[in-house]
Order: sequence, then C-alpha cells, then structure tokens
Amino acid sequence: MKLEIGNIHVKELAFGENTALSSGRVQINREELAGWIRELDHRIAEVKLDIALPGESTRIMPVKDVIEARCKAEGKGFMFPGRNPGDEAMVGEGRTHVLKGMAIVTTGKVVGFQEGIIDMSGPGAEYTPFSKTQNLVITCEVDDTCNQYDHEAILRRVGIETANRIGQLAMTATADETRTYETKPLIQQAAEYPNLPKVGYVYMLQSQGLMHDTYLYGVDVKTILPTLLYPTEVMDGAIMSGNCVSACDKNPSIVHQNSPVIHELYENHGIKYNFMGVIITNENVTLADKERSSNYVAKLAVQMGLDAVIISEEGFGNPDADLVMNCRKLEEAGIKTVLLTDEYAGQNGESQSLADSTPKGDAVITNGNANQVIHLPAMQRLIGHDTYADMIAGGWDGSLQADGSITAEIQVITGATNELGYHNLCAMAG
Amino acid sequence: MPVVHIATVVPISLTVGANRIVPAVAIPHPLGNPKMDPAEEKALRRSLVEKALTALTTEIEDQTVF
Amino acid sequence: MTIRVVHYINQFFGQKGGEEAANLPIELADGPVGPGAALQAALTGKAEIVKTIICGDSYFNENEGLACMGIREILQDIKPDLIIAGPAFNAGRYGMACGKVGEVAHGLGIPVISGMYNENPGYELYRNFSYIVETTNSAAGMRQAIPAMAKLVTAWIEKEGKLGTPAEEGYMPRGLRVNFFAEERGAKRAVNMLIAKLEGTPFQTEYEMPVFDRVAPQPAILDLSTATIALVTSGGVVPKCNPNRIESSSASKYGEYSIGGLECLCEATHETAHGGYDPVACNKDPNRVLPVDVLRDLEREGRIGKLHDKFYTTVGNGTSVANSKAFGAEIAMHLKNAGVSAAILTST
Repeated sequence: MKLEIGNIHVKELAFGENTALSSGRVQINREELAGWIRELDHRIAEVKLDIALPGESTRIMPVKDVIEARCKAEGKGFMFPGRNPGDEAMVGEGRTHVLKGMAIVTTGKVVGFQEGIIDMSGPGAEYTPFSKTQNLVITCEVDDTCNQYDHEAILRRVGIETANRIGQLAMTATADETRTYETKPLIQQAAEYPNLPKVGYVYMLQSQGLMHDTYLYGVDVKTILPTLLYPTEVMDGAIMSGNCVSACDKNPSIVHQNSPVIHELYENHGIKYNFMGVIITNENVTLADKERSSNYVAKLAVQMGLDAVIISEEGFGNPDADLVMNCRKLEEAGIKTVLLTDEYAGQNGESQSLADSTPKGDAVITNGNANQVIHLPAMQRLIGHDTYADMIAGGWDGSLQADGSITAEIQVITGATNELGYHNLCAMAG
Repeated sequence: MPVVHIATVVPISLTVGANRIVPAVAIPHPLGNPKMDPAEEKALRRSLVEKALTALTTEIEDQTVF
Repeated sequence: MTIRVVHYINQFFGQKGGEEAANLPIELADGPVGPGAALQAALTGKAEIVKTIICGDSYFNENEGLACMGIREILQDIKPDLIIAGPAFNAGRYGMACGKVGEVAHGLGIPVISGMYNENPGYELYRNFSYIVETTNSAAGMRQAIPAMAKLVTAWIEKEGKLGTPAEEGYMPRGLRVNFFAEERGAKRAVNMLIAKLEGTPFQTEYEMPVFDRVAPQPAILDLSTATIALVTSGGVVPKCNPNRIESSSASKYGEYSIGGLECLCEATHETAHGGYDPVACNKDPNRVLPVDVLRDLEREGRIGKLHDKFYTTVGNGTSVANSKAFGAEIAMHLKNAGVSAAILTST
C-alpha cells in the first residue's frame, strides 16, 4: 500500500459566518455545526461548541476523545471506516489530506470513571500534547434513556463524525507539505531489502469493556484474533479509540491517526531495517484470551519472518501481563523485542512500576510515572465539568479545591504518559 | 494465616508471589459470568469458592495453582 | 543569589565531645560548625550555611519522635532552601539521624544532601528521602567527602533542583523513579533502541524489570467447619456511594465494612469504586467480585464455621506496591486480632 499524506497547516481556527477553509484559516459556523451534531442521534440533549487555543487560560475536562480532521482526497474508502453500512472499503492507499495543528475534542458529563484533562496553559499544559493544538471542543450531553454503553457510543460517534465533516474542508486544498509512505505485500517487501533485518510493530490495543474498548474497521477488538495491517491503514483511521480511563496512557484517536511508532519506524525503513508491517493485538479480560492472543502474535511474527519488533502497551495493570507474554513468547521464538510502557511507581516513585515481569524484557522504553502528583492552578475558562475531579482515576477526595485548582496525579492528564511514545515524558532511576 | 488468591491473570498472581492461587473467570467478574443463567452462574461461583476452600485446607510447599 | 542552607551534624563533629556527649539534646548554632566550615568555603557565593543543628547520636535515636519534632520546628522557622546532613561515613546512629532528618525535611518539601558509606543503615532505610553522596567508611575520608558533597550542592543549585541520574551527579541511587522530559519522544527512543539491539551495540534499558518479594506459604486449615473465613478484595467493592471515597485509581486507603446480617450483596447496597475495569457486571451483582452469597450458603450448611462479619476492600487499579503492601500488612493484623482463620482474596 502506498499513501500520500498532504498536510494543510491550520494557522487559525475561529467561528464565523460560514464553515470554510481558506489560506490556512478554518472557520466554523457554530450554530449550523451544533445543529448538525444534534441530529446525529435523537438521544443527544445538548451540544455546545467552543474553541480552545494554545496559551489560553482554559481547562477542558473530562475529555472523551481527541481526533484529527482528515479526508480521503484520492483513493477508496472513508476516514474511520467500517462504522456505517457502505463504509467497509479498505483504507491506507491513495492520498489523504490532514488539517494539521487543530483537533476535535469531545467532552460532556461522565459516562463512568471517565477523565482526561487538557489545560491549554500552565504546568498541566506541558504534560499533554493536546495543549499545542487548536481545539474545537464539543460538549455533548445525552438524555437519561441512554445507558452507559449508549452514552459512550454516542460521544464516540459525535467526535468521529464531526472530525470527518471538518476534514472534508481539506478535500480540494493545496497541501503545505506532502509525504509518501509505502509498504509492499509481504513477499515483495521482503525482496526489496533482502540484506536488512526485518522488523515489525506489535500494536496492543485496550479491549476490556466499557470505556476500555478500541475498534478496528468498526470491529470491537476484543472479538478479534491478532491480525496484520499495512502501516498506512491507521493513518486513515483504521483504528478508532473508545477509551479514556486513566487518560494519561489511553490512546485518543488522533494518536492512532499519527501512530508514532509507525512514523518513527518509517524514518529508517530501507536504511537500518526493513519495516514489514504491523500486528494488531488486544488486551482481553480472560487468561485464555491473553494466552491465545500472545501465541497468535508470536506465530504471525514468525510467519512474517521478523527478526525484531517494537511492542507498545495501552494501559497498565493486567495489560502488563499481555505485554510480558508477548515479549516472552516473541523472544522465545528468536525475535528481538523493544517494549514501550509507562509506570505506576507511586506518588513519590518509590515502588515497582509494573504488575508483571520477565527477565526477557531487557529493552524497555518508559513514558513516565503516572502517579506523579501535579498541582493544576485554576483556569479562567472551564469547558466541560470539573466536579468530577475527586472521582476520576488519579484524583482523590479533595482533589478539586474551592478556588478551582486541582491537585491530582498526572494520570488525569490526557496523553501524559502515552505508551506509543507520542511525546517526551520519561522516567529514570534517581 | 493462609490466604487464597482468586485471580484471573494467574501469571501476575505468580509474579507478585501469591502462594495459593485459584484461577477466576474474567477480570470484571472473577466469580461470575453475566452471560449465564443466574442459577448456573451461582453454581459456577460456588465451585470456585469450594476450590478456594480446598486450597486453604491443602498443605503446600511452593506457589500452587489449584 | 545565594541559597540558605541548614547543616545537621552530630555531637562529635559539632565539637561537643565523643561518646560521653552522645546524649546531647538538639542545639542550634549560628553559621557553620566543624565540617561546615570547609563546606561553606567550597560553596562561597552559592550557598550560605545560616544555621547548624547539633544533636547527640544517642539522644536522637533514643528520643526519635521528640528529636524529629524539634527539627521540624526549627526547619519551619528557618525555612532553608536546602539541608546538608553529615557526612556520617559508616557511623550507624549518625547515619540513621541524617536519614531521619531527610525524611522530616522531605515532609516539609525541603531537599536534603547527605554523605554516607554505602553500607550505613541510614542509607538503606532512608535513601528515598535524600541525595546521599557515597563516602569512605571512616572520617578519614572527610577530605574527599566535602568536595563531593559541595559538588552535588552546586549542581543542585545550578540545575534548579532538577538533578540528573545518580551516575551523572555522583549520588547513590535513591530507589525512586523520577519523571523528566527527554529530548526525543518515546517512539523515536524505541526505534533507536531497536537499531542498537539489532546491531549488537550497547544500549541502556530505561526500566529494569521488577523483582517481587516472597512470603513463605502458611500452614493449611485443618478443620473448615470451625474456621472463620474472611473476604478481602482489590476489586473495589464498597457500600453504595463509596462512603470513604476510596480512589478509583492509585488508592491511598482501604475500607473495612460490615456484612453482618447480609445474605448477599446486591445492586441496591454495594457497587465498585474501581476505575480499571468495566464496572457494569459488578454493579449489577457485586457477588461476582466478592462472593458473600455463596459463603453464606456454605456457612449455613456448616461447611465453614463462620464468615467473618467484616470485609476489607481497596482498589488495585494503578495503586503502588508500597501502598498495597502497607494495606496488606494492616488488613492482616486486623484479621489476626479478630481471630480469623483464613482469607479469600479476590482480584479483578
């Protein structure tokens, strides 16, 4: 598959009379778009749109998802395929246009233990990559006929559909920069660089139920067996996020669209190694599933002739067992591994950081200790609801102070310890 | 005082050092299964608890999965 | 700008005498005393030792609570930017005192730089709280210890408290994981490590896989029919509305709740506070995580003597091993004191 990514740099995001893109300015008709979103589901009770810009004294919480607006400019398929009848075509080929520098953020009353804080300035802003994007924030509330699963599904749909609609603005725009990514069918790809070691990417996805699910071509990944993907498929939304609990290390959809390990692996593709492709796997709730999926991952990696892989985890606790099983079984099959994880080492960093362990895991990248405590000063503007600060994962009774400031673990911050290595937080023995 | 650990992810239980381990059903419902008929589900729960009681009455020298 | 430092030393280095003066209570002196003079000389223009706390080693260790209270009051009063303690070399009681001073200062948010021999128990016990430079095992090494400590203090000042790794800066590992922003993002570092592993060139893992401790298996119960069985869970089952506000992740506490007279747990009375799994199944029927219903049946049938009338619960989600260990020890003590014979621990 060969995919051209054309980035259109968004220099300004603003509300205005008509919804349009011109000279890097994305303008949104607020009432029209809010009305359109309300029509997406009859159970939506209220929709409010806001724009949050980098540097502003603005807090967004609780964040459900962050999505990048993209569209298929050439080639078949739709962004985030497989959700609607008729959208089943494979993606990852042709040309995709990206509105770079802006994002769609969804918020609203909590579905469950739901969290995610994005501060657009102050100390919290350093910990979230989404303080640097110009955010179109959708506050969406549903009526009380919805159960928790319906509520989650509606919020997910609202974010994705809005991103796709805004993405359409880029259809005929001229890209500021274009980059081509290509991975060939296995046999041809292997033949292209016969003297280089073959590497792959084992891409672990949360699949543990309400607020802990991920979708591949619209399919709940808890129901899949591990499978192969061309790396470019994710750039067109083959993977969609349905989870945000312990927001620090859950992947919002934008992280999958810009999947960092895939992009970094392409950098040395054909130079240091031959990047053969991606193995998608899940993190299920039964031991049998964990054993089966990790066996399957090792089998696929051998079948692909891989010499080495990078494995990224999503989440912590029992998924540490999936990470360890994948590592152990791949190493036992003679495939070298590098692991990406984060840590839960306690608020002072004094504890062991993982729930499971293997001596084979000798090459680990850490994306930071999620238990680190941070004080987030009050912001002038709040989008969403901050009353949940005391009950979200990483908060405690008293986290929200009377002045509107929040003291909590960085666990509450969207993307703080992202385990795909989306940004720079790290931890060391000190 | 003996302790029996009823846990789904047995490898974690072994790694962290539990001595008597009984494998459970699934992480969100270690002693049940919402898909089952209520009477069947309770019978399943009872069988797991009985296995745990067996573990507590069995002398062991090392980590043991029952 | 110079920072304000308080120096902690014992009676010997405080020039009060040897073992005969070891019962000396806390004294506060102006400016540097004893080894403080050399430290002050090495730190001229960067730091000023404004006060020196002198305390006898025996006094400190035999009146630890009192000594800590006194030191806390002094520090709250002076509000120094940094504390220097020792060096204590391999003097056990002195090392313990320096370590404890580190713990007190940590509680007040004041950093501590100390110096000890690597086998000093003060390092082993209190290493979490201080940056401790490695010294020789006797005061004969003072001439090396002072420049090493001054160097670390200087680095601490220049880097505004954001010290690098133990190897880079010359302090002994504190057993802590410390966050920092790396120059390259995680994905890029992973690819670099992959290339190193493929090429067989040296690389440094960013996290060494953990090793967990072990407990000897306890003897089995001989007679279930007279045994009291307790239920404990890390699945976060709590009475409705979570009265003690146990956190949904990274729990700082556990709960003790009565199940006396309850035939089973139900949707109306109990729920889970755990944020790490889909809570719907547990909230509908909490017996799926804490099997009270079945144990009541077994109690009625005489299979077990009694179900203990309290259960213990916490949230395992993202909760550190240190917190979990402390909860476990306390819960075990409660159970032992209540005459419980065995426990069933359920995890999600």
